[in-house]
Amino acid sequence: MKFRRNPDYQDLRSEMTPEDLFWNRRKLMAASGAIGAGLAFAGTAHGDPAPNGPKAGAQPAPGTALKSKKTAWTISDSLASEEAVVGYCNFYEFGTDKSDPARYADKMTVSPWSIEVSGETGAAGKYAVEDLVDYGKLEERVYRHRCVEAWSMVVPWVGVPLSSIISKLKPGPKAKFVQFETYLNPSEMRGVRYPVIDWPYVEGLRIDEAMNELAFVAVGVYGKALPKQNGAPLRTVVPWKYGFKGTKSIVKIRFVEKMPDTAWNKANAHEYGFYSNVNPNVDHPRWSQASERVIGGKKFNERRKTEIFNGYEKQVASLYSGMDLTKNF
Amino acid sequence: MKPLTLLALILPGAYVVLEWTLALSGFPHDMGFNPVQWTHHFLGETALRILLVSLAITPLRDITGWAPIILIRRRIGLAAFFYALAHLLAYVWLDLDWSMPKLWEDILQRTYITLGMGAVAGLIPLAITSTNGMIRRMGRQAWQRLHYLVYPIAILAVAHHFFAEKGIQMGPLIHGAILAFLLAWRLVKFIRLRIAAAQPA
Repeated sequence: MKFRRNPDYQDLRSEMTPEDLFWNRRKLMAASGAIGAGLAFAGTAHGDPAPNGPKAGAQPAPGTALKSKKTAWTISDSLASEEAVVGYCNFYEFGTDKSDPARYADKMTVSPWSIEVSGETGAAGKYAVEDLVDYGKLEERVYRHRCVEAWSMVVPWVGVPLSSIISKLKPGPKAKFVQFETYLNPSEMRGVRYPVIDWPYVEGLRIDEAMNELAFVAVGVYGKALPKQNGAPLRTVVPWKYGFKGTKSIVKIRFVEKMPDTAWNKANAHEYGFYSNVNPNVDHPRWSQASERVIGGKKFNERRKTEIFNGYEKQVASLYSGMDLTKNF
Repeated sequence: MKPLTLLALILPGAYVVLEWTLALSGFPHDMGFNPVQWTHHFLGETALRILLVSLAITPLRDITGWAPIILIRRRIGLAAFFYALAHLLAYVWLDLDWSMPKLWEDILQRTYITLGMGAVAGLIPLAITSTNGMIRRMGRQAWQRLHYLVYPIAILAVAHHFFAEKGIQMGPLIHGAILAFLLAWRLVKFIRLRIAAAQPA
């Protein structure tokens, strides 16, 4: 008789419940029940820390209510519905259909999370989200999110200015650009089986763009910690640029001297420039950027005229003075 | 067989009408948050897939030896034309608001629109000559020769789909692979016939 070694033995072993947890499981269940009740309470009290919940200031689980203060950064247009914001996403790591991220992002591990900072910086190293984001100082900003695909949504983000994070990371004099990289794990991201773009997703900004007061790091949306499909636990939001310039689920921040090779620019430099500022006068080679379809509103086919810099000309036009925006698209 | 084919070909269209009826009367529907784009994709993909099915009829007949299947080929091809036309009209209506200058600009400037328009334009003479009367008037051979147009049309349609998507996506590649197989089948058959004809009996 032959004994066959189970090749999955190691895997099985890792799935077993450790002995101490096994013996204390009733106590644990009672405790998690209390946490559940606490979270439910937190939901109603709009973010007051729950008695048994995660300690204040730590990275909250997706969907946890967040406390934030309103800011002057808001637009009067009606918000896209929350269902649209969390259900209509481009996060190609989970598939190219807009509904794929909501369907498949659940598998992504977002805790523990660490962000590796490197390059031209005096503060290289690994950071937890709460090292970079001060959860006690969250603010809400209502920005229009203009996708390069000629649609837009009005989204209430919760987060901190990107400049607050950049300042903590002390970029050196040679740091002219900052590059962001998205988490990549093929076993959790079914979309990366296909070479839609050159994974991992990399985006970048000029340092002065990143330091602009509008550039934002969102950790939440609609008053709650970011759902995974929207880029949990943290993502950049650069409202005067096309949506893809924002980087979801950031695991690496790198300060560099040369303009970084960014994902869509590498995929098709002719269609996606490094700057990708929203500009109704510069068409995408395959479609017009003069107008956009409004997503998540009450009407089925609402269009609006696209604004230069997505309506933020006053705040950002000076970043590009003297530049030919048609060439530097 | 013919009425069943007709029913199957009408179903996707009925589905679009049902979804829009639900949506406009405030009921839950399957079109997601961008019903217009959903409609474009659905009509376009339906047109392309039906066109591929029409091209699969001849190989199917060759494999199964079941000749009557050829009787449904023309209505399948005609259905592909109607879905392609609906796809085009939905675009001109919902995206361009019937603006002909905008349509013209798109055709001139945007490769995937140029390709798609080429495919629809190519289908028009095939649709017009799809009746029994036209076949009789043109003569079987001339009709057949005209309808070889379907091969370049199918290539245009797949190319249109490929260039319409952002990045390299699976859908157009799968359609392209199926089309390549269907065309290769004909090429191999053609070469074999030529070799057979060239050999002395």
